Amino acid sequence: MIVELGLFALIVATLLASAQAWFGIAGPAFGNRRWMAAAKPAVAGQWVFVVISFGALCWAFYHNDFSVLYVAGNSNSALPKFYRITAVWGAHEGSLLLWALALATWSVAVGVFSRNLPESYAARVLGVLGVVSVGFQLFILLTSNPFERLLPAAVDGRDLNPLLQDPALAFHPPMLYTGYVGMAVPFAFAVAALLEGRLDEAWARWVRPWVTIAWMLLTVGIALGSWWAYYELGWGGWWFWDPVENASFMPWLVATALIHSLAVTEKRGLFKSWTLLLAIIAFSLSLLGTFLVRSGVLVSVHAFASDPSRGLFILGFLGVCIGGSLALFAWRGPALRTKGGFSVVSRESFLLFNNLLLLVAAALILIGTLYPLFLDAMNLGKISVGPPYFDTVFMVPMLPLLLLLGVGMHASWKKAKLEDMKRPLVMLFVAALVFGIVVPVVAYGSLHFMTSVGLTAGTWVIVSALYEPVQRLRRRQSLSRGVVGMTLAHIGVGLFAIGVTVTQSYKIEKDVALRPGQSVTMKGYDFTFKSSHEVPGPNYQAIESEIVVSRNGREVATLHPQKRVYRVQRSPMTEAGIEVDWNRDLFVAMGEDLGDGSWSMRVQYKPMVRFIWLGALVMALGGFIAITDRRYRPRREAASEAVAAGGRAPAR
Amino acid sequence: MTPRRKRMIAVAAILVGVGIATTFAMQAFQKNLLYYYSPSQIKSGEAPANRSFRVGGLVENGSLKREPGSLEMHFTLTDYAQETVVSYTGVLPDLFREGQGVIARGKLQPDGTFVAEEVLAKHDENYMPPEVKDSLKPHEAAAQGSAQGST
Repeated sequence: MIVELGLFALIVATLLASAQAWFGIAGPAFGNRRWMAAAKPAVAGQWVFVVISFGALCWAFYHNDFSVLYVAGNSNSALPKFYRITAVWGAHEGSLLLWALALATWSVAVGVFSRNLPESYAARVLGVLGVVSVGFQLFILLTSNPFERLLPAAVDGRDLNPLLQDPALAFHPPMLYTGYVGMAVPFAFAVAALLEGRLDEAWARWVRPWVTIAWMLLTVGIALGSWWAYYELGWGGWWFWDPVENASFMPWLVATALIHSLAVTEKRGLFKSWTLLLAIIAFSLSLLGTFLVRSGVLVSVHAFASDPSRGLFILGFLGVCIGGSLALFAWRGPALRTKGGFSVVSRESFLLFNNLLLLVAAALILIGTLYPLFLDAMNLGKISVGPPYFDTVFMVPMLPLLLLLGVGMHASWKKAKLEDMKRPLVMLFVAALVFGIVVPVVAYGSLHFMTSVGLTAGTWVIVSALYEPVQRLRRRQSLSRGVVGMTLAHIGVGLFAIGVTVTQSYKIEKDVALRPGQSVTMKGYDFTFKSSHEVPGPNYQAIESEIVVSRNGREVATLHPQKRVYRVQRSPMTEAGIEVDWNRDLFVAMGEDLGDGSWSMRVQYKPMVRFIWLGALVMALGGFIAITDRRYRPRREAASEAVAAGGRAPAR
Repeated sequence: MTPRRKRMIAVAAILVGVGIATTFAMQAFQKNLLYYYSPSQIKSGEAPANRSFRVGGLVENGSLKREPGSLEMHFTLTDYAQETVVSYTGVLPDLFREGQGVIARGKLQPDGTFVAEEVLAKHDENYMPPEVKDSLKPHEAAAQGSAQGST
């Protein structure tokens, strides 16, 4: 009964979303204010019904209702309660429902916070969001109904994929999806601006917080996925350039570019049509990612069942959204052309370079991801583009980006005089260079050209980001949240660069065969295989080994890697044993039982690997602090605070 | 310098930068393209001799042999028509099993063995790499036919 209610609620939600799309877009077009006003209640209604629908699916999972096909396929009565709920988004149908829930939640948020927007404008934004909602909800109803019944009901479920039975995976999809779907908001704002034929600095100020929040969630989502892959896929890699990873990374790169171009649009009223185009591209890449993952063109850990009708639907939807918005852009975009120039050396040009480099990076990844699919579709042979391609080409735009970043932050708008900054900047760069050369030699005893380049670039970004805030604090000036957020985000970029460089340069990986009592030495650490024994789990059986790590005879840690076999799906899983410290991870994963009590094992030393995820989190934190800046708060509040602050705050 | 001149220089700099990036990308692309061959194609000499590529097929039942005391092993990949012997040193992925479809990346040796640097098996019981599925298709009927013929 509750399951049918869930399906019914989803149908009602789709109808309300259609109403939202109609009233939102037709209202302003016909100048009908009552229609415009109707868009908001429609959004609220849509959200309520999507929540009911999602709740019904959760209920079915929680109560092990195996008469529902999707539940029977992805859950099991022995599954711990926590994973029963996270299993809701463990496969195709449920994760789409989560997508719809995320989109509805964003729409409601836009509805609530749009009180400051002109009436017709707010209606159009909601209308465009309504169109996207209708598309996705129809997709669920027509091709991927999670509420489909299974008659007769299964006695027990086929269980959740063991890889997904993990805490990080419980939060990775919701975070990632919310960020991914969040790109629909700037897209809707962009389309609304095109429909309205008007775009001013206030527009940029409305859009910026939305983009930043979506970007922040996307950052955390990608970082969580990377962290999960590192310890759960068993082999200690943190990024594989898997097409599905790329699908989430490309929108991230474009969203990053969008954040920066919005800064120019807000401060100087420039780059308007460029900003609109970026907003459209970011959302298009999100949709393309959804298409790649959901259509079965790609086969990977993330790609669930393949079904041609699903692929066709998304492809059609992709065509409508991208084609429609680009056509609108071509028609209305030229009207938004801006006047007002800037010098070659100015913050505007540095941000333009930032945008170009980020887009080049996204394009290079797009080529590497789509080219094999294209060849295969044309029957021109089967190829794959390996990680070395991505590793190499990604560096090409990224190194100049990092180097320019440090200078660009200190350039002023319109026309910058970098002469005053020359001395401190050169000194900071030399300091970074010395750091990049000395640290590898002292800490790791060897030096490679690219290692020094990477370390120097990372350090340079951090010190140059800190320079101005530190100067201001020394002069006892206050820092706006915007500046603090920007500084933090850039420090995050630097930490990330340092982590990646050191991990990739100095990691050690060894596959060894160990008998109980034997040990292997790596980077001064002795890993001794003590014993292995069976351990029962709630829904799996595991063999756990005890590995004692010692350094110079002193015990550092005891690792307990496991080899699990899940009872229902009978698939083996590797659970790595990891000892974490701020500057290195020690990592042991069990391979196979080689007979006579010995095991093959993969032993790894991963220096600075934590900086990779730390960097991403610091970036996200920077974004969070930036959107709490006073200028994004509703007008009245901001005005009263400005009075309270007595105008002491600097212009930025 | 006039602003116009400056702008020209900026545009030229961007073009040069994009050009360099494209060249780099093309080179990296050419170098890192991995072609896929089936055991039949290897037998007929289509696969390159000193370049990495990928081979896929079913792991023949009973073919996995380990060298005692090391992590070296050999197994046979088949597409029902032809076979390729693969040699690999290291830890196999969790879902590697005889009778399952896998993909190996590595180089072909003059003696016809394929030395793999990496072996991939996907995380799904029913999963068959699409390349492997396609290379099995033409021979599947024949394999079943002969199996029926022998019974």
